[in-house]
Amino acid sequence: MSAKQLKLVIDDIEVAAKEGDTIMQAADSVGVRIPRLCYHPQLSILGACRICVVEVQGQRNPVAACTFPVADGMKVKTSSPLLRKLRRDIVELLLDNHPQDCQTCDRDGNCELQNLAFSLGVRERLYEGERKRFARDESSPAVIRDPEKCILCGRCIRVCEEVQGVANLCQQHRGFLNVAAPGHDDPMMDSVCIQCGQCINVCPTAAFVENNSTEEVLEALANPDMHVVVQTAPSIRAAVGEGFGYAPGTPVTGKMVTACRHMGFDRVFDTNFGADLTIIEESAEFLKRLQTGERLPLITSCSPGWVNFMERFYPELMPHASTCRSPMSMMSSLLKTYYAEKNGLDPKKVYVVAVMPCTAKKFEARRPELRTPWGAPYTDAVLTTREFIWLAKCLGVDFRRLPDGEFDSALGMSSGAGDIFGATGGVMEAALRTACEKLTGKPCDKLEFTEVRGVQGVKEAVLQINGIPVSVGVANGLNNAKTLLDKVVSGEKAFHIIEIMACPGGCVAGGGQPYPPEGTYVLDPELTKLRSKALYSIDAAKKLRKSHENPEIKALYADFLGEPNGHKSHELLHTTYAAREPRGVR
Amino acid sequence: MSETVKPFSDSVAEYIRACRVKPHPESYLISVLQKVQTEQGYLSRESMDEVSQMMQVPVSQVTGVATFYHFFQFKPKGRHTVTVCMGTACFVRGAGKVLEKLSEVLKIQVGETTPDGEFSIEQARCLGACAMAPIVVVDGRVYGNVQPPDVVRILEEHGLKS
Repeated sequence: MSAKQLKLVIDDIEVAAKEGDTIMQAADSVGVRIPRLCYHPQLSILGACRICVVEVQGQRNPVAACTFPVADGMKVKTSSPLLRKLRRDIVELLLDNHPQDCQTCDRDGNCELQNLAFSLGVRERLYEGERKRFARDESSPAVIRDPEKCILCGRCIRVCEEVQGVANLCQQHRGFLNVAAPGHDDPMMDSVCIQCGQCINVCPTAAFVENNSTEEVLEALANPDMHVVVQTAPSIRAAVGEGFGYAPGTPVTGKMVTACRHMGFDRVFDTNFGADLTIIEESAEFLKRLQTGERLPLITSCSPGWVNFMERFYPELMPHASTCRSPMSMMSSLLKTYYAEKNGLDPKKVYVVAVMPCTAKKFEARRPELRTPWGAPYTDAVLTTREFIWLAKCLGVDFRRLPDGEFDSALGMSSGAGDIFGATGGVMEAALRTACEKLTGKPCDKLEFTEVRGVQGVKEAVLQINGIPVSVGVANGLNNAKTLLDKVVSGEKAFHIIEIMACPGGCVAGGGQPYPPEGTYVLDPELTKLRSKALYSIDAAKKLRKSHENPEIKALYADFLGEPNGHKSHELLHTTYAAREPRGVR
Repeated sequence: MSETVKPFSDSVAEYIRACRVKPHPESYLISVLQKVQTEQGYLSRESMDEVSQMMQVPVSQVTGVATFYHFFQFKPKGRHTVTVCMGTACFVRGAGKVLEKLSEVLKIQVGETTPDGEFSIEQARCLGACAMAPIVVVDGRVYGNVQPPDVVRILEEHGLKS
């Protein structure tokens, strides 16, 4: 059933729209950009900020374009002296209740409120009244909440509930004391927060930001006693270019590697190697479970947001989760053992920095399970893509002029299977490329498992692998994961293997990725597709596309690890999970 | 949590279970919180956590709703509640001074409870007895034409030791 088509006029432009569309959607479709603040196209409509007021002929008062439905023959004016005045008044009042610290703020130059104030012509502060005062919540190693910067647009609350199914945030108290916070006004670390960072992504200001680690990294880089190595996650190469003016979806692997060298890192390694290693360990684990029929489905464990979610929301599924550490943590473990040993370095003086698309990785790095025998974390510091971009600029890297570099060897070579880890379905596809051959004992021609590609929230398929049916499920975004997992828990559906990524679209849309450039927005499926396409193109261009054919991986097992799922692997590459309080509500 | 004390009675728990099978079960949240407060005198952290789990409403939304409404209390109330009417009539007849005296004697502010758990002070916006303004209500008993010097005597009737 298609919705009724109708016509309206926006600023003298004739616009075709569907019944049920809002004025905002109709205006966006013809390139008329109505100023906005609380509106987000991927979230429910709140209509709270009233910045998007427009005049509709026949209406006594201006209406909010984000909530007002179009009608046939409607005449809309999006700009007039009255509207400009109203919008400016609103922003002036918001600024009156906002700290005056733009120049020293984390979002300086990248803040929707700042941009809006500028574009609306706010050039002075008219009111100097009492301002709300709240403490900054720095309890979490991943996500910092700074309610003084909050303008109560409610995007964080909506993304946390509607996309991630966590619902950790809600408006608490009322009037002047109204604040977006976890239940009981608890610190983030004592709440059901899973540290995914999507609140940071959608926040128009700096009310949510990552817990910045650049200072620690700068200190380590300046310390001559430290051997500072860096590893970059699969999805970084597909997004980091955006910070330097490249169009979304431009792969910049080579320049990224050179940038790391210019920044002073002693060695540059690829988390993709860890991804390949994850596949070896995880597929061995999968085949073992498949043979015995125990603890199926196997559920992937690379996404730290998902792991946190599992520990709080689905602890009964913990036995199903792969015990494999994430690619980042596998790499870090090897860097402080295998790599240090091989190069005669004191592992206590090896400082491991991981560049991740993710804030939850900062939490993962602090997990007590992932510490060295001498008590230090295997991963010393995690930088988000955003922090990495800032750090590169801070250290004078002229990214666009850099020549392409190559990762350092012995933990730098990776197959295409590693690259696609950054996109939803990628881990599954990578695992299938290996599991398929191990399962049948024969070379497998099929490389591209398109059944599990694409940005839709839940994908289910039964794949015939040389006549053996393997039932797979893939979910991204934790609300989608709930849909899939509830089927598993209720017994409605049986799977052999499930991949879950906490962020919608996978790591390419992680909570630490760059704020998107003009014309795109966070959670935009088109943006996710562009970044994913970059990863699939890197994979397609590689000769080496199966993790188990990676010669450096083979050498690692021959020299050091022994066999997959062996004693040494268990010690260095696997982990445990534990249910956490407070428990979430499903 | 090691404590096994239930944050509210079985009858409230039964009410929650009954709500859960109705359409839009989450819409009974306010009603549930009212019942808990009626029974406990206030909403404790534990009781709100339990409501959240039993109703499967995220705790952020339970406390979000509870902190929005003036009606809900988050601290245990004293054995005796002293309510001073601050409506217009009482106010112009000196309710502010009565409240001041009350605070001075009990050494607490409006909304607080004495450390021994005996008295809480509340304020009201007109209780409809304007002819007797200013009025003070203690545990449902109404005192009219109250002046600051009367405060101690009224409190002593309810067990204040001088």
